[in-house]
Amino acid sequence: MAISRDEVLHVARLARLALTEEEIERLTEELGAILDAVGVVAELDLADVPPTSHPLDLVNVWDEDEPRASLSLDDAFANAPDRDGDHFRVPPTA
Amino acid sequence: MIDTLRLTAEGAMSLLERREVSASELHAAYLDAIAERDGELHCYLRTCDEPSGEGIPIALKDVISTNGIETTAGSRILDGYTPVFDATVTARVKAAGLSVLGKTNTDEFAMGSSTENSAWGPSRNPWDPSRVPGGSGGGTAAAVSAGLAPWGLGSDTGGSIKQPSALCGNVGLRPTYGTVSRYGIVAFASSLDQVGPVAKTVRDVALLYSIVAGRDPLDSTTAEPAEPVRLPEGDSLAGVRLAVPKQVADLDAIEPGVRSAFEAALEHARALGAEVGECDLPLSYRYGMPCYYLVAPAEASSNLARYDGVRYGPRVDGGTYGEMVDRTRDAGFGPEPKRRIMLGTYALSAGYYDAFYGQAQKVRTLLIREHRKALEGFDAIVTPTSPTVAFPIGDKAADPLAMYACDLLTIPSCLAGLPGLSVPCGLSDGLPVGLQLIGPQFGENGLFRIGHALEGAIGFDTVPARLR
Repeated sequence: MAISRDEVLHVARLARLALTEEEIERLTEELGAILDAVGVVAELDLADVPPTSHPLDLVNVWDEDEPRASLSLDDAFANAPDRDGDHFRVPPTA
Repeated sequence: MIDTLRLTAEGAMSLLERREVSASELHAAYLDAIAERDGELHCYLRTCDEPSGEGIPIALKDVISTNGIETTAGSRILDGYTPVFDATVTARVKAAGLSVLGKTNTDEFAMGSSTENSAWGPSRNPWDPSRVPGGSGGGTAAAVSAGLAPWGLGSDTGGSIKQPSALCGNVGLRPTYGTVSRYGIVAFASSLDQVGPVAKTVRDVALLYSIVAGRDPLDSTTAEPAEPVRLPEGDSLAGVRLAVPKQVADLDAIEPGVRSAFEAALEHARALGAEVGECDLPLSYRYGMPCYYLVAPAEASSNLARYDGVRYGPRVDGGTYGEMVDRTRDAGFGPEPKRRIMLGTYALSAGYYDAFYGQAQKVRTLLIREHRKALEGFDAIVTPTSPTVAFPIGDKAADPLAMYACDLLTIPSCLAGLPGLSVPCGLSDGLPVGLQLIGPQFGENGLFRIGHALEGAIGFDTVPARLR
């Protein structure tokens, strides 16, 4: 199954990846081959089969809504590339 | 003189109990072995100079968060990231007195079957350093075989514990999905990720499993194992019924040498009193891998969205927030995570969701049903763990589909959420072959019993021939 260069660019935008020209070319080829291999799932008629999102028969797990100790601000910022007081600083959004 | 090549975790415990060595002497003996052999093997990304406990040492795969110890998951996008908390499994091994030896190498974000996808360079197989140790947990498996740790913890999404154990000649358990907490584990594909032990013996694996397993309030997807762990004893397999999937006979991907070691192991099982029958897994070997390479990348694309250069990890600057994020991610992720993020994003995108991700989730239902039926009347399904022995470094690195095919035999039971144990069952051209035992949900004790009896009968020497 071929995937076009435009589709690769569209998916890269969705995935937030600034791919290089070389990566775009390589991924167009590789993704085509991988989609061929995984696309065989389409040959099964599964209209009556329910999907599985999780292999355990779990029901919702509830917890009491009680305040508890959490990370300190210094811990939460310990790995931040750019801290500004109690905020993570990022470049302007536009 | 402590012979770390031969020392098991149980053996190390008895040395400590008899006060023949101290915890710090033990820790130092492993650091000496690492200094001697890890320059060549590159199992560790970093080591801990001082013991953190009074018990025996343990190696932790670098996807497991360790408070104050850098944890990169084999990725540049986590270069320098130092967790401010312990994963639940780290907390549990520390509470049991174990001493963290260091963090072991892994394919980037545990994506791979050889450790060649690690941003920090591949690990090497202690049986033949020109070959891969398997992956993604090749660092832990190679460390255990080379006497650089008595045991370790790995993580397994589609074979990352079992396959490296097979290729390095030791024992690895992928537990039943949900029995071990994933709190503090760098996430890859959350409906598949599972933490489990690697060691030289089945008893050591069972012991480490008993330390880390159990419900965790911090991971709502955990379940309490149905019964307490029983350390296996005895050598009889009387009354045990094993099933070989019919399809195994026709899988050309299985090398002849792997096949002969597997068949010899079945003979041992029969000699111990087991009955060996046949089961049918027609969908698993045709659709397992395609299903996995849709479900796992889809979940990965979502899990890896968190790496945005805002809260942790190195940042690549940009004029706008969007530019910064896109550049940070392109610079930080290596080729395999990018490939899977792209594949997963595509499979989840509008117009393709039903045909790819939705269809794969339905295939998964069929694989669960198929395994349930195959296990009816049997205690375990048996197959080789890996279709091949350890392959040369570089052999499959340029061909993603060839690399994905390494997990042909381990993937189906992972999708079904079932436990799997890999036990060494012989050599092919001087390289280890693993036997995979797959049990019912929460059937770990049964796998331990079968694996323990077989390992006694097979008598595999876990020390690589070139290091004896």
